[in-house]
Amino acid sequence: MTTTPGEPGLLDHANWTVRPSAAHRGLDRAVAVVVWSVAAAITLVFAWLVGSIVWRGAGEISWGYLTGPVLDAGRGGGIGPVLVSTLLILLVCLAVSVPLGLGTAILLAEFSPRQNRFGRLVRRSLDVLAGVPSIVFGLFGNAFFCVWLGMGFSIVSGGLTLACMVLPILIRATEEGFRSVPDDYRLAAAALGMSRTAAIRHLLLPAAVPGLVVGLVLGIGRALAETAALIFTSGYVTRMPESLWDSGRSLSIHIFDLSMNAAGGNDRAHAAALVLIVLLLALNGAASWMAHRWLHRQVMTA
Amino acid sequence: MLTNTTQAATRDSGEPAGNDLVQVEQLSIRYGTRCVLSGVDLTAGAGHITALIGPSGCGKTSLLTTLNRLCDLVSGCQVEGTVRIGGRDVRSDDVDVLQLRRRVGMIFQKPNPFPLSIRRNLDLPLREHGLTDHAERMERIETALRSVGLWDEVKDRLETSALALSGGQQQRLCIARALALKPQVLLLDEPCSALDPISTGVIEDLLLRLRGQLTQIVVTHNLAQARRIADDVAFFWTTDGTGRLVERGPADQVFASPQDPLTQAYVAGRSG
Repeated sequence: MTTTPGEPGLLDHANWTVRPSAAHRGLDRAVAVVVWSVAAAITLVFAWLVGSIVWRGAGEISWGYLTGPVLDAGRGGGIGPVLVSTLLILLVCLAVSVPLGLGTAILLAEFSPRQNRFGRLVRRSLDVLAGVPSIVFGLFGNAFFCVWLGMGFSIVSGGLTLACMVLPILIRATEEGFRSVPDDYRLAAAALGMSRTAAIRHLLLPAAVPGLVVGLVLGIGRALAETAALIFTSGYVTRMPESLWDSGRSLSIHIFDLSMNAAGGNDRAHAAALVLIVLLLALNGAASWMAHRWLHRQVMTA
Repeated sequence: MLTNTTQAATRDSGEPAGNDLVQVEQLSIRYGTRCVLSGVDLTAGAGHITALIGPSGCGKTSLLTTLNRLCDLVSGCQVEGTVRIGGRDVRSDDVDVLQLRRRVGMIFQKPNPFPLSIRRNLDLPLREHGLTDHAERMERIETALRSVGLWDEVKDRLETSALALSGGQQQRLCIARALALKPQVLLLDEPCSALDPISTGVIEDLLLRLRGQLTQIVVTHNLAQARRIADDVAFFWTTDGTGRLVERGPADQVFASPQDPLTQAYVAGRSG
């Protein structure tokens, strides 16, 4: 052996249990400290955000607040009509975007190979659409749904505009869901003489549901948070909508209006934000719960 | 839809199929510009087990997929030659591919049960083939599971996931799933290569029991297995990337006194 003591070589069998050098240990510790502090900082920001909303908003929440009419530009009364409008806009958005998204995802994943030119074009367009600022969707929605199609400032216009925004997210997530299904199932189904439609309906769709849920959660989040696009399309009147063709104010617009336009509405804005967060969590929970129940019925246990 | 039309098919064609249910003539398979199999003439006797042996990559699996036209799903796969099953040209345009695949079942190397319950695994294809009567489907499911010796093992947990079964049980479930559709031909692509020796023995016994009821074509890399179960053997070899059929005949003859030097070397374990 040519290594001298104190200078351990690669082949120095006697020294392999020696502890790492101080420099190495120091570096490891430094990295650990950095990683942990970054994580702690993020958690802190989140806790601060939620904390301040709960702190300032919780006092305002009551049954009367959730159901009552909006009074004095939101400084008094409740958010009943706003809540109803929000849910109606979301309903229109999902009723349109889920079937369309599912259909497009099936087309992209099952009927157009990855290298197919048409499929690539659709995918590229969707990625661009997903990155378009919501204010642009708002202007488009206003020009197309409100003016050109004559729907005016209405819940339908708002819901359809949101559907356009949500579709790219929903489609790409669902497509990934379909692509993650092993080819074995497709091959097995084909070898048993099952039609492609049957394979999609009974085998691929259930397996793709988790992807759909991811898309739904992201989509609902984006739709509920949307302010800019809705100001142009669903309007911001605070009375209770009488039909889907009526104008209605969404929660996010209500928050924006209270904090920016109504002096002394800040605590009210926090209360509305709290309702929005709870609503978001509840809807996401409901979406995954329903999907799991449905999957359970299909016996998808791995 | 599901009645056994073997005799009708042979009678309709007007061409006596003789004893050979499957007839392959001058078959060539090409993926793009790559020719994987060329000029294969092969027959499989009704009720026999025909083993396709030879090294990997000599087109045996590709040959199987031309018999049930699963090769249609592979983009760039071109097939030339004639394939007749029960005297009928399966490559002609007026063949209903879904019906063909019902009559020519296929078992894959890796067991591929659906992520559904055991019962639904068998029920779903039956339903898709138009068997609407629930009682009849249940009867078929039980018969199929019995014939693969799985009934007693799973009868109390038909509603649990098929993925919870062991590898050997899964493969038998896949065979039962194909048998429930009452096929005439069963294609098996190395059905035991992912299984332990005990499960392999169970599957081999099963294939031997099914002999006579349906025509089986088995791709195998396991020479001992071919010796144990095959009535006829076809030996493939690759030259310059193109597979071709070197020798075929009754199993005893191919193993005891192979004619071609390539076969002699392979069977004796000196090559492949």
